[in-house]
Amino acid sequence: MASNGLCPSIKNILLLDSEGKRVAVKYYSDDWPTNSSKVAFEKFVFSKTVKTNARTEAEITLLENNIIVYKFVQDLHFFVTGGDDENELILASVLQGFFDAVTLLLRNNVDKSEALENLDLILLCLDEIVDGGIILETNGPLIAEKVTSHNMDADAPLSEQTLTQAWATARDTFTRTLLT
Amino acid sequence: MAQQLVKKDDDRDDEAEYSPFMGIEKGAVLQEARVFNDPQLDARRCSQVITKLLYLLNQGETFTKTEATEVFFAVTKLFQSRDMGLRRMVYLMIKEISPSADEVIIVTSSLMKDMNSKIDMYRANAIRVLCRITDGTLLAQIERYLKQAIVDKNPVVASAALVSGIHLLQTNPEIVKRWSNEVQEAVQSRAALVQFHALGLLHQIRQNDRLAVSKLVTSLTKGTVRSPLAQCLLIRYTSQVIRESGNNTQSGDRPFYDYLESCLRHKSEMVIFEAARAITELNGVTSRELTPAITVLQLFLSSSKPVLRFAAVRTLNKVAMTHPTSVTNCNIDMESLISDQNRSIATLAITTLLKTGNESSVDRLMKQITNFMSDIADEFKIVVVEAIRSLCQKFPLKYRSLMNFLSNILREEGGFEYKKAIVDSIVILIREIPDAKETGLLHLCEFIEDCEFTYLSTQILHFLGIEGPKTSDPSRYIRFIYNRVHLENATVRAGAVSTLAKFGAAVDELKPRIFVLLRRCLFDSDDEVRDRATLYLNTLGGDGSVVETDKAVKDFLFGPFDIPLVNLETSLKNYEPSEEAFDIDSVPKEVKSQSLAEKKAPGKKPTGLGAPPSGPPSTADAYQKILSSIPEFANFGNLFKSSAPVELTEAETEYAVNVVKHIFDRHVVFQYNCTNTIPEQLLENVIVIVDSSEADEFAEVFSKPLKSLPYDSPGQIFVAFEKPEGAPTLGKFSNVLKFIVREVDPTTGEAEDDGVEDEYQLEDLEIVSADYTLKVAVSNFRNAWESMGPDCERVDEYGLGPRESLAEAVNTVINLLGLQPCEGTEVVPPNSRSHTCLLSGVYIGNVKVLVRLSFGLDGPKDVAMKLTVRSDDETVSDAIHEIVASG
Repeated sequence: MASNGLCPSIKNILLLDSEGKRVAVKYYSDDWPTNSSKVAFEKFVFSKTVKTNARTEAEITLLENNIIVYKFVQDLHFFVTGGDDENELILASVLQGFFDAVTLLLRNNVDKSEALENLDLILLCLDEIVDGGIILETNGPLIAEKVTSHNMDADAPLSEQTLTQAWATARDTFTRTLLT
Repeated sequence: MAQQLVKKDDDRDDEAEYSPFMGIEKGAVLQEARVFNDPQLDARRCSQVITKLLYLLNQGETFTKTEATEVFFAVTKLFQSRDMGLRRMVYLMIKEISPSADEVIIVTSSLMKDMNSKIDMYRANAIRVLCRITDGTLLAQIERYLKQAIVDKNPVVASAALVSGIHLLQTNPEIVKRWSNEVQEAVQSRAALVQFHALGLLHQIRQNDRLAVSKLVTSLTKGTVRSPLAQCLLIRYTSQVIRESGNNTQSGDRPFYDYLESCLRHKSEMVIFEAARAITELNGVTSRELTPAITVLQLFLSSSKPVLRFAAVRTLNKVAMTHPTSVTNCNIDMESLISDQNRSIATLAITTLLKTGNESSVDRLMKQITNFMSDIADEFKIVVVEAIRSLCQKFPLKYRSLMNFLSNILREEGGFEYKKAIVDSIVILIREIPDAKETGLLHLCEFIEDCEFTYLSTQILHFLGIEGPKTSDPSRYIRFIYNRVHLENATVRAGAVSTLAKFGAAVDELKPRIFVLLRRCLFDSDDEVRDRATLYLNTLGGDGSVVETDKAVKDFLFGPFDIPLVNLETSLKNYEPSEEAFDIDSVPKEVKSQSLAEKKAPGKKPTGLGAPPSGPPSTADAYQKILSSIPEFANFGNLFKSSAPVELTEAETEYAVNVVKHIFDRHVVFQYNCTNTIPEQLLENVIVIVDSSEADEFAEVFSKPLKSLPYDSPGQIFVAFEKPEGAPTLGKFSNVLKFIVREVDPTTGEAEDDGVEDEYQLEDLEIVSADYTLKVAVSNFRNAWESMGPDCERVDEYGLGPRESLAEAVNTVINLLGLQPCEGTEVVPPNSRSHTCLLSGVYIGNVKVLVRLSFGLDGPKDVAMKLTVRSDDETVSDAIHEIVASG
């Protein structure tokens, strides 16, 4: 979205694992037209940030004329990218919103396997934060609520979801034992 | 890649790294997608399959057209399900696949149903999906619903519609602009983000209407804006309004400044920072205006959050470039940031300090930086090197410690870009600070003793060749240079040979020794090295006699080469071996540029032979070709310059005519490119009647009419004038197009037999001074300027009167003179009060001209200019002054 005027705009949101591989990513700008250019960007960003300590406070850097704010938890690396004239604090608020929402959605078990188990929630979460580069919502709890609101309308949201999870985990463990 | 594969295998071994998507494969998932077609839908199963499909897409997998279509059609079946979770996944899937126009129709009705659903989440999501995939015609159908949605009481729905509006404005502005009333209502919304989105859309709808934007800002800055994001937007719009209203600065009261300042006390850091940044970026900001912004940024410097520190130090760094004194208050906080964990912050802090520091603090800072350099990345090191370079230019007395620092880091490990930055900095110091020359050159010599970059070695050798002979003891460099001939690759060896020769040519005492060295190079294994050595030995008189090398030889060997290589190449290709030797002076010197003419050229389809003159021929040699094909022009001599086409008719008229002015030594030829844009007409015997009564020194000598001018097939008319030889004669010409019109039956294409005489008034045409100057760039203005010498220098000062801006004044003078701006000096940095612009070119008669323009603002808008001209001929220097004086 090149011409959003003066509106703050987000170029991409990345969720990578501890080796820099994709868990979920979403690009809103045409700066990286092909998948290989996207992968190259992710590798580059990952390698430039992996040694920093972004576990307590969000960190920030300027790479190739993009501002990147990031935060790490367990084996998950969260990134939000914006142009170099973007207000750094706006980017940071998007990162915080994404991070808080994911924490809520994963019920504090923020790690890669949990994120992959609930990939649908993560993808919906990305969809509710930014639309075509424009910020939709930065409040973590509100984002999480929007993602799960379909369950809220159902009778027993929380137990229902845990049941789903339990079922999924059971099935997965089962298939795994079959495979090995 | 191999590494990646290995890693994957590791994962498989490692039981803990289990992923639900392990071993997932596109084909299998596409098979699984068949469950979408089951009569009894299993919502959970379907959701899982969609998640898998999305996972594949997210990992970079692509679907073929057929696969995508199949998936899309299968997914549309899922609208039957009432499961809300599944519906959300369906929305996501449709957005990811982005169906083609004919497929969109399938889901339109389902989505429109959802858009009017009672469930807010459905409404919001359906709007976003529909707007993403829709086209103009469909949009008209759903417009009514979207307008309603904008003012919906549910904020999520309203935001969805507003954000979609922002996207749609790019593709269907006329439709979105009709929503202005609803959007305006939404701006008043109590929901924070709705206000933000509405404000964004409203501003974009009105962005071309300055008054409306100004009103919007005025009303909102007085009202209440709820979300920090909306407040940030408003700050951006406000600074835009300030920028555009401009020019109230001298009264001291900038409109809306108070508003920006009040935002510095907002409770959200995001807003405070946005406002502080806006203030620092104001045009011509005063230090009084800056102070409150700097104060809040200073507080941010000691924040515990890296993002805040980074934002603050980055902004202060920018301020330091224009207002270093305003930032000095932050120096103590800044110094503590040098040891910041975050290296980006530390680098920005250092470079800011270097900009704001005073002479006494330089040594202390250099010490701190030396400790810090070893553990930062190359790209940050480059930033530091650049800061040091500018510091050195600011405090020339400190060159010793700065040069030491540069030479130390030059010895350390580093990549090419980093080393290049250091070498460039040393070269600049040597050029600008005479005292630094000898030590600097020796540092460079030491560096090439152990340099792994061929490019840098040859650059340094070249530079040594220019500067070395001018030092007090040139012989001390010879050893370093000759070592290269032994130890390096062929490219560097060839460079070293040239440098040796330069020493030989410039310093007579060294000649015998140089000749000995050059003779040894005759046995080199590389032919380029041998060729160069032979050439230099022969031209410099290496036969033993020690004579002073004459100027012509020096010019030939080491003089500036100002012919564009592209032109030389084409000229050499055109040259046919014959008795007559190739004459390098015949190569046109004008830099070819893809001029506007090409884009604007009338008649988009080239039609056979008639087309080239109006199409691609913006280049000089294409013109030369056309002109030389006309026998009457044969004795005019060499073409000096061809102007860019000048339009003589308005766009979209019956006949489109533009003219190219070809300047010869004693003649001027007007080439009228005509296009007939009326299909029902055929023009015959087309001529241009030129009235030169306002150009009395020109005498018409020849006119070449156009026999016929059919529809949309351009043709040329030439009119030639004689003028005093070599003189920059000026004049104004009025033109009338005369022709016989014959009606054409558009169906058969046949013309009627009898035609009617008619004429068509064209706009006037002028020969201006700039027509007699050629834009020819020089690669190194300073060298060219010095080698030209002050013999024919002419200096004068001019008052240009009130001007819109400094940049406007600079551009006007450049256009007036028609010379080539050098080294990017045509760009005036914002807020500057003075500017120096360097121009170079060739004046008619093949006289090289160099111009140095110094502009200064005198009072609020008055511009004064000092014009210094150097050329080989003082009449030409005077002529340049005359151009300015009469312009």
